Amino acid sequence: MTAQTTGTKPRRITYREAMREALREALRSDERVFLMGEDVGRYGGCFGVSLGLLEEFGPERIRDTPLSESGFVGAGIGAALGGMRPIVEIMTVNFSLLALDQILNNAATLLHMSGGQLAVPLVIRMTTGAGRQVAAQHSHSLEGWYAHIPGIRVLAPATVADARSVLAPALADPDPVLIFEHGGLYNASDDPDPSAGPVDIERAAIRRSGTDATVVTFGGCLPKALAAADQLAGHGVSAEVIDLRSLRPLDDATIMSSVARTHHAVVVDEAWRTGSLAAEISARITEQAFYELDAPVERVCSAEVPIPYAHQLEEAALPQAADIVAAVRKAVG
Amino acid sequence: MPSLGADMDEGTLIEWLVHPGDHVERGDIVAVVETAKSTIEIECFDTGTVGRLLVEPATTVPVGTPLAVIEDGAKAPAAASHQAAARRGAASAQMSAPAASPAPAPSVPVPAGRKPAEVSPILRHLAHELHVDLAAVLGTGPGGRITHADIEHASRTRRTRPRASPLARRVAGELHIDLGRVHGTGKNGVIRAEDVRAAAAPSAPAPSAVPAEDAPPRQPPAPRAAQPDRAAAMRRSIADLMSRSKREIPHYYLAAEIDLDSALNWMRERNRRLEVADRLVPAALMLKAAARALTEVPELNGYWLNDRYVPGAGVHLGVAISLRTGGLIAPALHDADRLPLSELMSALRDLTSRARAGRLRATETADPTMTVTNLGDQGVERVYGVIYPPQVALLGLGKVTERPVAVDGLLGVHPGVTATLAADHRASDGAVGARFLTALDRLLQKPEEL
Amino acid sequence: MKADHTATARGARGTSGSKQARSARRRPAAAKRQPHAAREATDHRRELLRQMLLIRRFEDRCVELYSAAKIRGFVHLYIGEEAVAVGVNQALTEADAVVATYREHGHALARGVPADSIMSEMYGRSTGCSGGRGGSMHLFDAARRFYGGNAIVGGGIPLACGLALADRMRGENRVTCCFFGDGAFAEGEFHEVANLAVLWRLPLLLVCENNLYAMGTALSREHAQTDLALRAASYGMPAWPVDGMDVLAVEAAARRAAVAVRAGGGPCFLEARTYRYRAHSMYDPDRYRDKAEIERWKSRDPIDALADAVRAEGEPAGFVDEIAQKVDAEIDAAVQSAEQAPLEPVEGLLRYVTSPAETS
Repeated sequence: MTAQTTGTKPRRITYREAMREALREALRSDERVFLMGEDVGRYGGCFGVSLGLLEEFGPERIRDTPLSESGFVGAGIGAALGGMRPIVEIMTVNFSLLALDQILNNAATLLHMSGGQLAVPLVIRMTTGAGRQVAAQHSHSLEGWYAHIPGIRVLAPATVADARSVLAPALADPDPVLIFEHGGLYNASDDPDPSAGPVDIERAAIRRSGTDATVVTFGGCLPKALAAADQLAGHGVSAEVIDLRSLRPLDDATIMSSVARTHHAVVVDEAWRTGSLAAEISARITEQAFYELDAPVERVCSAEVPIPYAHQLEEAALPQAADIVAAVRKAVG
Repeated sequence: MPSLGADMDEGTLIEWLVHPGDHVERGDIVAVVETAKSTIEIECFDTGTVGRLLVEPATTVPVGTPLAVIEDGAKAPAAASHQAAARRGAASAQMSAPAASPAPAPSVPVPAGRKPAEVSPILRHLAHELHVDLAAVLGTGPGGRITHADIEHASRTRRTRPRASPLARRVAGELHIDLGRVHGTGKNGVIRAEDVRAAAAPSAPAPSAVPAEDAPPRQPPAPRAAQPDRAAAMRRSIADLMSRSKREIPHYYLAAEIDLDSALNWMRERNRRLEVADRLVPAALMLKAAARALTEVPELNGYWLNDRYVPGAGVHLGVAISLRTGGLIAPALHDADRLPLSELMSALRDLTSRARAGRLRATETADPTMTVTNLGDQGVERVYGVIYPPQVALLGLGKVTERPVAVDGLLGVHPGVTATLAADHRASDGAVGARFLTALDRLLQKPEEL
Repeated sequence: MKADHTATARGARGTSGSKQARSARRRPAAAKRQPHAAREATDHRRELLRQMLLIRRFEDRCVELYSAAKIRGFVHLYIGEEAVAVGVNQALTEADAVVATYREHGHALARGVPADSIMSEMYGRSTGCSGGRGGSMHLFDAARRFYGGNAIVGGGIPLACGLALADRMRGENRVTCCFFGDGAFAEGEFHEVANLAVLWRLPLLLVCENNLYAMGTALSREHAQTDLALRAASYGMPAWPVDGMDVLAVEAAARRAAVAVRAGGGPCFLEARTYRYRAHSMYDPDRYRDKAEIERWKSRDPIDALADAVRAEGEPAGFVDEIAQKVDAEIDAAVQSAEQAPLEPVEGLLRYVTSPAETS
């Protein structure tokens, strides 16, 4: 399966396959690119994304690492300084905390501390999110923490097409890029348009047009937001769903122009509500579109509790389509 | 029957506004009375329950005649107070005319300068705890004292600013709607954009996409206890509007002395043949004439919007009506130029009573194309008015007085009125204003054609 | 305040302990038999002396300037440890890379970063080596492959690992030299990288400057096993200690290690046993050390030791002063240049957060 398929036959692939194709294309087209992380090689990737790549590209370019997040993320930074184009895979965002110092104090900051001398062209991919009863320590959504940091770009591809398309511009970026892949999306399948041009990773995408309310979301919450929009349509409420795609920088223009049309905003974010990215977006809407609002900005986030193991508790803790429907109805009145 | 003028001997009760059993407070309007000069609402000076009504509508009685019994009031029955008022003379009696300026109730204005020292320490402490500004509390106790209940009420209804979404405020600003008059259908009565648009549009409000709980179509008359807050809100919105008017509109003023001899003679003649309830008042003639004059000078019948003049769709005369809670409202008489006088008269009465009862329709508040303010019964000779934006003119009418005139070379005395026009110099020049006043004058000389 | 380099107490120097140092002291006899080689050796030692003096005088001047509030923030002085940076640098080429810590003035100077560039950086001027954006703890010079300047203890070690990884993957025959302290040896980052570097056979030279204190905590209170070279060796790499107060010993050890690293066998570890005369930083009251201990180490001063050795080979008595004068002149010029250098306009505040847009 190559990225250059030009046939018009629709080709159904999964999100993980799309990311794999993107990796393959990157590895083939630039010898500076290599993938490094835990179990990316022989295991085929914890989530199966890099299955088959070791066989095709060899152990130098598909590097299994020991469990040394700080060490190998820092090594990725150093390798980027040294002229390579590393893709570091941190198994999940939960483990990225061990490498937070390298990401914040080195990757995000070297360019500035050196007065512009040292750019870090590094890509870090992480799986994120909850929903499979993996309990408190394995269920974090910390994209907001990373989106807080100047000096890095943060992406959250939520569709199969975006999974296919965000890696190339991320690798081309001379500065560090973090790509968050929600664990619940890997099995999603779609037939992305092969003739679609490169995706603009700085622009949010309007996944569904609407007139009554703007629903802003990203990542794993996108399917829930779209499901909510379907339900709302049945009640005569037309919801516009915006997939942020880029969490840093945020595409204010798309959000605000939507709110200016619908006059109601609901932000859906799987992280805990307090100090979330949803809070940032809500503040920006207030700052930039205050006079368009006919109701306060609503937020649908996780409950303020470590994510529980039991199924019904986990479901209640996380944002669900029903919660999004209720929030939109509350806003629209 | 109060004395409403030094030369008033008798008055005709037109209408009772209260019924036996109603609770009234000092300052409430209780009846409509007609005098030789105008139709006036009268108020009572006692607090209590209405007992018997002693005079039937359409009855003319001398000044001082008891009209009703108020029971359990702080003072003696109404009769005595009215007689006392009559003895003190007209100057001390409060009155409000259909087109009068804001007429604060004599004893219970919002006491701007009330000294907290008049309030007991216990109540001051309570006010402090509840974050209530004593200066803004309406006292309902004896002598207007602030009671415990007053403070608690003020605390509960502290939010005097209408609760409206940012979009609603913006739309209200664009459409020149007073938010204080918009009924909000949002949660907890929040005003939303569609509520403002509904207040502005003649047609039905835009349907809400989500089937929400049914909200009443308009605000029922506010309970009396909330009136102080409503008054403050109204004051504020008047302040905003008038400030804006003075800030944005370059006013010019023209005056004309209009001889009302023919008009009033004709009117009296006609009134003799009418039921009391149908009788005309001079204001009606002047309003009709003004409306007709506007059809001749359409440059004054419209709005200044987005740096240009937009003519009004019809002649919807705004009639300035004072409210008993303080404040002023100027709802529209729609198509005043086309209403036969009798209809205009009854429309005027209806508008007045509904305005005072808070039962105006949204279209009435949104549509006036020019406003008329009649302060004649306040004893004012001429009015230098302030235009209600986005209108471009305001007609002021002063007191109808007997004046020396020269008629056919001979000196005579005729009733006359000074009409003043305040106009927006962006929309019109003096020549236009002059044409209007000339037309008004001319029309009032041929009352039979009105 | 200028340290007196010409007055030395020679006695304690004999305890330096490494074979290389002892053989260096035997050299003068051989020099008489091979004049040219001896001249070269002397010239080389004079150069080492000059480099160490430059660092010493520079750091002394920093004390003055910091006290005068010309330099702000945190400043960590290298006084007493000069032999390590200077000696190790002798084993490195221009193509090699250096990663250091927040105590990196000496390493930057030894690497060849100009004194005025460093001084301007500490003055916060736009002509500083990091554009005034970094300060004392973040000196960077990409052209000289000097990668800082890192304020997080142990934070630079993974970076160095990555630079070495890149060289290996690109087939570049060069060394990444990473300096860090005994404190960093306790951080997980060191151990992760030691393992990783040996596992992937990376061309990494790990130089641990063991000055016996991690800020205020003595070595024996931070490490259960204080023989750091022994522990490093347990990861599977060559590791040995060296007398950090003997620049010739350091140089010899570093050269040997660099050869081994360049040969492609994987990383090497040097534990340079050294001592800082001054407190951890300019803010530190240094209450945790015994003054007698400091004096003991001062008696083994690396500059004095080398000066004595060179004098013993027949150099004129005042040659150190002569070098010191030149060094002082260089530092004076650096200070002057810093004093006059411009500050970056505030309008440029948001620069260097992302790279300027370019086609890549």
